[in-house]
Amino acid sequence: MARTAVPGRLIWRVATVDATKDESATARTLVLDVPGWPGHLAGQHVDVKLTAEDGYSVERSYSIASAPDGTSLELTVQRIADGEVSPYLTEDLRHGDQLELRGPIGGWFVWDPSSTAPVQLVAGGSGVVPLMAMIRANKSKVPVRMIYSVRSPADVLYGPELSERARVSPLTLTYLYTRAAPAGMPVGRINADTLAAAGWPPDSKPAVFVCGPTGFVEAAANLLVAAGHDPAAVKTERFGPTS
Amino acid sequence: MSIISRGFRGRRGGDVRLPPGQYLERGFPVLSAGPTPRISTDTWQFTITTETGDTAARWNWQQLMALPQVDVATDIHCVTKWSKLGTHWRGVSLDTLLDGIQTNAGYVMAHSYGGYTTNLPLPDIRDGKAWVVYEYEGEPLHPEHGGPIRMLVPHLYFWKSAKWVNGLTLMLHDKHGFWEDLGYHDYGDPWREQRYQGD
Repeated sequence: MARTAVPGRLIWRVATVDATKDESATARTLVLDVPGWPGHLAGQHVDVKLTAEDGYSVERSYSIASAPDGTSLELTVQRIADGEVSPYLTEDLRHGDQLELRGPIGGWFVWDPSSTAPVQLVAGGSGVVPLMAMIRANKSKVPVRMIYSVRSPADVLYGPELSERARVSPLTLTYLYTRAAPAGMPVGRINADTLAAAGWPPDSKPAVFVCGPTGFVEAAANLLVAAGHDPAAVKTERFGPTS
Repeated sequence: MSIISRGFRGRRGGDVRLPPGQYLERGFPVLSAGPTPRISTDTWQFTITTETGDTAARWNWQQLMALPQVDVATDIHCVTKWSKLGTHWRGVSLDTLLDGIQTNAGYVMAHSYGGYTTNLPLPDIRDGKAWVVYEYEGEPLHPEHGGPIRMLVPHLYFWKSAKWVNGLTLMLHDKHGFWEDLGYHDYGDPWREQRYQGD
């Protein structure tokens, strides 16, 4: 298994909010200025630490959405209604606020932009975030197919940017709507037929990245292996709701 | 000195059983690097290999079930920051499996179906600190949580509790396993928050 080591010690750095961007009614991108940021690979995440005035602090992990060559670090946070951290990050945090983070973390669920194999991305909900970093990192125009399973059109993150990238680069997008679909489109979950119709065939030997909630990733990874993809070529990142 | 996040209050009421940086989880999240392998107990085997490469012991499923079985109640802590308190498991102590094996090793590498590995000091899986477990909360362990059987080393972060485990290799010198090679800590004590190399 090829790996990318993460060298050195991961120190806590102070990040300052440069801007925020709403991606949906419940997801917000934080554009952060992080002096000394060592750079990252598409697919990695960071640990975020928030500290209250009395010293109480909490930590959570969030995926990086920005390409490695960006001038700032972007995290997209999906709000969990009863969460402890995500409501603060998506509702209260504003320009000039500070938080601590360390990273980049994770050397397995990463895409190497120098590789030439086609790429298969399979996103469930806000699992699209680290996959968006891969799409943004794709300067050499490797052909990418993304299957993006999402509750409804209103829950799509990065919609306009994805459409534009699909227009100007070899990115093929297929949306699956699990609760509500636009007129004329079906509602349903990922299955063997949708995978066969929208994904690379196993013969193309794609690098496969699947990210989303546990149940979605289990289902998608099982379908990929059943379709004939090499289990070793299927990299997964599973998350429960991060509160 | 931590910087203060303006207006952040948080939840409080933190449980003293939670190590630093952890939060209480009531579900059971899954962290795996790839698809979940399907392993039948008909073909499952567990092998202990010595530091000289010899097979010291091997069990199939029936042989494992013939060993003394124990119930374990414990808290578990994942490096991704969730902890679960008071979980219940059933399995076989590694003391039982290591009993009678002559070795000068100070470390072990746990191996799994699917290629996963993780390294541990040998003393950390002895003296009632580690098990192989096949039941969780009275039910057969689900494949996505490592079934049919996984390691349980609850005093370390949970990636040390290898899923789909099929063997241990005794080692004279420490060597990185899968996540350790990717920047995670060699030991992984949640109470000292040893998440990443250098922590």
